[in-house]
Amino acid sequence: MTAPSPEPYEPYEPFEPPYEPGGPVAVDSQEPLARRQVALVDLLDRLLGTGAVLTGSLTLGIADVDLVRIDLRALISSVNARVPSPWEGGQPL
Amino acid sequence: MNGELRYVYAVTAPLPAPLPDGVRGVSGAVPYAVHHAGLQAVVSRVPEADFAEEPLRAHLEDLAWLEETARAHQAVVDALTALTCPLPLRLATVYRDEEGVRRALEDGGQDFRATLDRLDGRVEWGVKVYARPATEPAAAAGSAPASGREFLRRRRQEVTSRENALAEAEELGRTLHAALTAQAEDVRVYPAQNPQLSRVPGQNLLNAAYLVPRERSEEFVGRVERLGAHDPTVRVELTGPWAPYSFAAADAPGREGAHDSAVS
Repeated sequence: MTAPSPEPYEPYEPFEPPYEPGGPVAVDSQEPLARRQVALVDLLDRLLGTGAVLTGSLTLGIADVDLVRIDLRALISSVNARVPSPWEGGQPL
Repeated sequence: MNGELRYVYAVTAPLPAPLPDGVRGVSGAVPYAVHHAGLQAVVSRVPEADFAEEPLRAHLEDLAWLEETARAHQAVVDALTALTCPLPLRLATVYRDEEGVRRALEDGGQDFRATLDRLDGRVEWGVKVYARPATEPAAAAGSAPASGREFLRRRRQEVTSRENALAEAEELGRTLHAALTAQAEDVRVYPAQNPQLSRVPGQNLLNAAYLVPRERSEEFVGRVERLGAHDPTVRVELTGPWAPYSFAAADAPGREGAHDSAVS
């Protein structure tokens, strides 16, 4: 961060640790002064659901297939670990 | 499977400065640039034992692993965002070697340059609107209902009041989305988040991403705050500034597509 950055752009400043400088934070209309690390679900919305896709990568196609399962597994494990998973019995989604 | 693969975080124009010391990517490795044809891919070495297709498939089912990897990916993209406007890639974009990375830059070169031009100087802001639970109607407070009819009347009143509050919250979500869309260069509407998955109370009425020039971010954030604050029917959550993930796909639909999306 020694070189001149094109322009400063933090509308909220300064970013406090543990945030990376310029990294996204979350604020909320109920607690406008509290900044939180972005939630995993928001991060995954972007990192798995969007972002550019390159040709020839080894993992092309994994995200599309597994997104549904990740969502379901995360949901089920966070809600109730005892709920049987819907793909048991050789019925992958 | 003792080898190493290359994990790619983002494609950028040549950086105006090196990444700061101390930036670490996935598996704690130091990210570096692979140059080709006036573009660079920011990559780091990752163990084949974790990132070859089969182990990766298994890891993606593990939420703790996924979070650690996603946060590490994001840390590199954040560091890049401080220097330039990166074209962020999807999580776990992996190549066998640097030659494969160069080939991808060669194949996609024209699209990457066009997309980087389109996104230069822009950031993404995420806005979510949640309905807040309706407050109990005044009639419900105090004494127990004197009769079955009284009970039913109060019950109907409660339901109506909840429905009204939800309708009001939905209306505010639509107003907010329209106002923010007018201030953004591009918009993506995501599906509403499942409250059980996000562990956030209240129904998610709007979940959208807006592409905004950096220098107009302050104005945009101010608008979110003015429209969202102090309204008892909703809670508005703002996240950002993000690298423009939601607008990074070369074949991304334009504004027209965004307008067609339903605001749930």
